[in-house]
Amino acid sequence: MKYKGKAIKYGANVDTDVIIPARYLNTSDKEELALHCMEDLDPDFKKKADAGDIIVAGSNFGCGSSREHAPVAIKASGISCVIAPSFARIFYRNSINTGLAILECAEAAEGIQDGDQIEVDTDTGSILDITSGKEYRAGAFPEFIGEIIGADGLVGYTKSKLQKRGEEE
Amino acid sequence: MTMTQKILARHAGKKECAPGDLIEASLDLLLGNDITTPPAIDIFEANAFGQVFDRDKIALVPDHFAPNKDIKSAQQCSKMRKFAKEQNITHYYEQGQDGMGVEHVILPDNGLVRPGDCIIGADSHTCTYGALGAFSTGVGSTDLACAMAAGSTWFRVPEAICVKLTGKLGKYCSGKDVILFLIGKIGVDGAPYRSLEFMGDGVAELSMADRLTICNMAIECGAKNGIFPVDRITLEYLSSRIPGGYSEAPDWLFPDEDAEYAQTIEIDLSQIRPMVSFPHLPSNTHEIGSFPRIDIDQVVIGSCTNGRIEDMRRAAEVLRGNHVADGLRVIVLPGSQRVYKQALKEGLLEVFVDAGCVVSAPTCGPCLGGYMGVLAQGERCVSTTNRNFVGRMGHKESEVYLAGVEVAAASAVLGYIGSPEDL
Repeated sequence: MKYKGKAIKYGANVDTDVIIPARYLNTSDKEELALHCMEDLDPDFKKKADAGDIIVAGSNFGCGSSREHAPVAIKASGISCVIAPSFARIFYRNSINTGLAILECAEAAEGIQDGDQIEVDTDTGSILDITSGKEYRAGAFPEFIGEIIGADGLVGYTKSKLQKRGEEE
Repeated sequence: MTMTQKILARHAGKKECAPGDLIEASLDLLLGNDITTPPAIDIFEANAFGQVFDRDKIALVPDHFAPNKDIKSAQQCSKMRKFAKEQNITHYYEQGQDGMGVEHVILPDNGLVRPGDCIIGADSHTCTYGALGAFSTGVGSTDLACAMAAGSTWFRVPEAICVKLTGKLGKYCSGKDVILFLIGKIGVDGAPYRSLEFMGDGVAELSMADRLTICNMAIECGAKNGIFPVDRITLEYLSSRIPGGYSEAPDWLFPDEDAEYAQTIEIDLSQIRPMVSFPHLPSNTHEIGSFPRIDIDQVVIGSCTNGRIEDMRRAAEVLRGNHVADGLRVIVLPGSQRVYKQALKEGLLEVFVDAGCVVSAPTCGPCLGGYMGVLAQGERCVSTTNRNFVGRMGHKESEVYLAGVEVAAASAVLGYIGSPEDL
């Protein structure tokens, strides 16, 4: 998939409590979650985020809780992709499972400035900073993760797994 | 192979596996709570997954916003209760019933976790059960939904970090200080995607409560799981909890001598002092006595990290005959109905009430800023919980200082952060 939007930059260790505070987890409605996304870290996030925008952050993005509400809230805010040098492992899994595009690229995370126009191609891992003219390349997903994404997420993958098992029996 | 790698290989039906391998592993136990299960139920039902793979291998625990804090959380718990009934889930825990409480306190205590098990839970602190020699890790709601249908899930086999423990903990120190020390040393992303394999002579000096607390916070340095070897202390713990008793761990469940570790960290337990993690990261650790006076507004004692009976005893030891400082609120949350009842029998609840503490029903409430003890702007709390992120326990301009039970209880009496030595 190709996405284009402006970069919204944050530091390292953006945790799931600031992505979506637990006080709002009495619902799993994505539009409602999006209303409060990032509010404890950046009260202007909702105003800033336009459809297609890309979060560019420091290492260990999404550390903390297992709440899948975090990638869901980011995606429902219109964010197309998150670029960081590394992601906390549960957040990584949850993003793949809920269809939020994520790219691991330390150089891009450092080089891209807040507000830069960015174009990413999640299939090739190409990240183009249109503003600065610099191009970066993110690490490719392991093949297996590609299979999950290709199967339309973990649910699709599980359905075909169950179907295969049924046929074998 | 390491212990973790052996468990994963076995559950993938393989003789061996290596770090980086992607495997499909069968699961012995799945966990969900009232925040993470409702979205999993939505996915399960929207995709017509039908029946769960095994009604005996799923534990559903309404503990985060329960007893319900508002209508929305009541709706979530109601959805979970209905699902549990329809699917005839064996280990659904209703509030107030025997065996109910905070998920990571009750699952080991109720005998649902065995050495060598492969476990996932839609809660990041599911890594707690590594204390019993199980592979156990946190996942999200979609993973839970799919695993409830399939009974298996995928894992990337993790590299390992060997944490070699020697010596014996000093006075007023516990497993909490060990894990805070470790996180302070390696940072909140010090063990990314890796397993923490605890070993060394020091293991024998740690109680089961200490080990559960240590594994509970493995996630706070980015680890996939933490795991302890099975020894006499583990078997003693399990023998009275596993139905039918438990006397011997699986004979394959030990790390090979040539197991590979990406890193080895040596910790001399005798050198550890009571630790405090300052806002806003668990890795921002300071030894007690190394910082100037910090006045506080609230103390919370409990949670999946420190809500076991041993924690209640340690807290009562410090609070007995003392009173909470003027202007301070102290909330004590026994981690389960059984812990509550035992604390009642031992007279610990009376100690807490006499000292001026609120004694609450078992719930995760305050730890995540859910309810029961939410902080106002500018307030400071010493808490035995596991996270001190911005806004974790309330207002984004409130502060959480993580500590062990002794420091929390002593701070409650002092009105500022200190240890029992300061009383």
